[in-house]
Amino acid sequence: MYSADIIIEALINGLLTGAIYALVALGLTLVYGVLHIINFAHGALLAAAMFAVLLTNQVVGLDPYVQIPFLMVIFFALGYGLQRLVIGPASHGRDENILLVTLGLSIVIENLLLAGFGSDTRSLNTDYSFAVFEVGPYLLGQARVFGAGGALATAALLWLFLSRSDTGKAIRAVAKEKIGASLQGIDVAHVYAVTFGLGCACLAVAACLLLPTFYVNPKIGSAYVLVAFTIVVLGGMGSIVGAMLGGLIIGAVESMSGLFLGESLGQIGIFVIFILTLLLKPTGLFGAKA
Amino acid sequence: MRSSLRPYLPVLALGVLLALAPLLLTSNVALNFLAVTLIVSLAAQGWNLLGGFGGQFSFGHAAFFGVGAYSSAIWQMRFGLDAWTGLLVGTAMGAVTGLVIGFLAFRAGLRGSYFALVTLAFAEVFRVLANSSEVTGGAAGMLLPLKIGAGNLQFSDRATFLGLVVALTVLVLGLVQWIRGSRFGAQLVALRENEEAARALGVDVLAVKLKAIGLSGAITATAGVLYLQYFLFIDANIAFGTWISVEVLLAAIVGGLGTVLGPVVGALALHGLGELVKAAVGQLPGIDLAVYGAILVVAVAFLPGGLVGLARRRAAPRQVRKAEPEGGRA
Repeated sequence: MYSADIIIEALINGLLTGAIYALVALGLTLVYGVLHIINFAHGALLAAAMFAVLLTNQVVGLDPYVQIPFLMVIFFALGYGLQRLVIGPASHGRDENILLVTLGLSIVIENLLLAGFGSDTRSLNTDYSFAVFEVGPYLLGQARVFGAGGALATAALLWLFLSRSDTGKAIRAVAKEKIGASLQGIDVAHVYAVTFGLGCACLAVAACLLLPTFYVNPKIGSAYVLVAFTIVVLGGMGSIVGAMLGGLIIGAVESMSGLFLGESLGQIGIFVIFILTLLLKPTGLFGAKA
Repeated sequence: MRSSLRPYLPVLALGVLLALAPLLLTSNVALNFLAVTLIVSLAAQGWNLLGGFGGQFSFGHAAFFGVGAYSSAIWQMRFGLDAWTGLLVGTAMGAVTGLVIGFLAFRAGLRGSYFALVTLAFAEVFRVLANSSEVTGGAAGMLLPLKIGAGNLQFSDRATFLGLVVALTVLVLGLVQWIRGSRFGAQLVALRENEEAARALGVDVLAVKLKAIGLSGAITATAGVLYLQYFLFIDANIAFGTWISVEVLLAAIVGGLGTVLGPVVGALALHGLGELVKAAVGQLPGIDLAVYGAILVVAVAFLPGGLVGLARRRAAPRQVRKAEPEGGRA
């Protein structure tokens, strides 16, 4: 078959990609943990963020990594507005409705991107897109290494924010006990919107980290959304540690099944894990409750 | 006798209306529009039985649509058998697929978002498999050889094909209306409203859900076979694509969740609007779908009973309110 070096190199590259997947999943799991909703538009919003990065790069010439702070703020505001003005009011507080409203949003976003940019697959080439680090016998894509570093740093910052800041504490309080939190004077609707905004900000960072190596097209969101759902379900809905660990596992699995099963059949590995987790242990690795 | 036939009157009226269409319409564009819309509405009937009546929202009905289409295509092309039995085989395979997915998902206790996600994952698995397997023709898809003749379910004029689609649509409308009034239908609605209460009242929840997803899979698979016979071509992204999963739930929700006529009304309204939008903005790719998505949001926000519910609410003041003959979704 393959030599050990090839397998180990694929494994490392898979783990590096997995770290960025984990960041995408982090936004999803945060929203689930607090609002108890599945944001189906997560993938479409990621695609929108990736197009924003691409466009800014082409028009203004800003490097994707430099765009992170700006795009984060914009997507936070976008997410805040979406939850406050669209998802919250439209769904009348019913779970199925939220699922449908976010599905509707994802269709709108995806097809507006299609109408605006056409169905072509695009990519962004930077100086480091194809550069590699040589670590011993292994070649590691520089952009992947930067991406994984950025993803882990963002996750650490998010964790600090949630555990230390007042807003973070309010978010955790609402996640635990919504009514109790509102009795303490916490504005639940505001916290919901902030959480949704944070989820979108994670996407903005992920988009900046993804683009130097990954291509984008309007339909790319549905590929990422399934990967992100798999990670979230595997790690346990709402668990941040679970999302990080799940991301790394899925990155490795994707890379391995791609290596052994080929490009097109390789995607199966992820879906099979997804279905098996849902059927056998829907609470996942770190999930508290079903 | 008269009273037992009464619930079927709207179905009959719609059936007559639809049956007139192939006789009156001559333009190919109109015939094509109606054929495709009715095929989608048939698939949506399947979704509505499980999602609208039973409250189990599937995001992956493409799995059944595709299984129906591919089963019939394989039956005809790989085994050299005829299209009519292909229609039956496709329908049966849809039922089997429904039962298998249902058994796995419902026995594991999945509902709500979890059920939606697992059905989506199954559809994706099928799509990847169909895209890379030999027997399904891989990424190139399957092109049925052109053999015009009623025996091969291929017709030289669109009107005849439309007649077949109308016949099946009316048949399924009648079936769903019958289920609605049956004991099974009542059990299905009971578990949608409150699963625990239904169980406490002695409803075998797993059995009812399985029956529903089996029937649902069969109906949607029939639509898949019709799609194959109409276009004589399928590939993995058509048969197992998200477009059909989305269209069926959209048609059912916009038309009216858990109503018999909802899927047909919804599919006609959506596709009609889609054509209008295309006519207004020109062939901008995806613009009709963007409008569908916006409609889904608006329908969930403002139209809890769908278009059928809206019409019923409008008509309600004039009716003497007897015992609610059609208990739509509250």
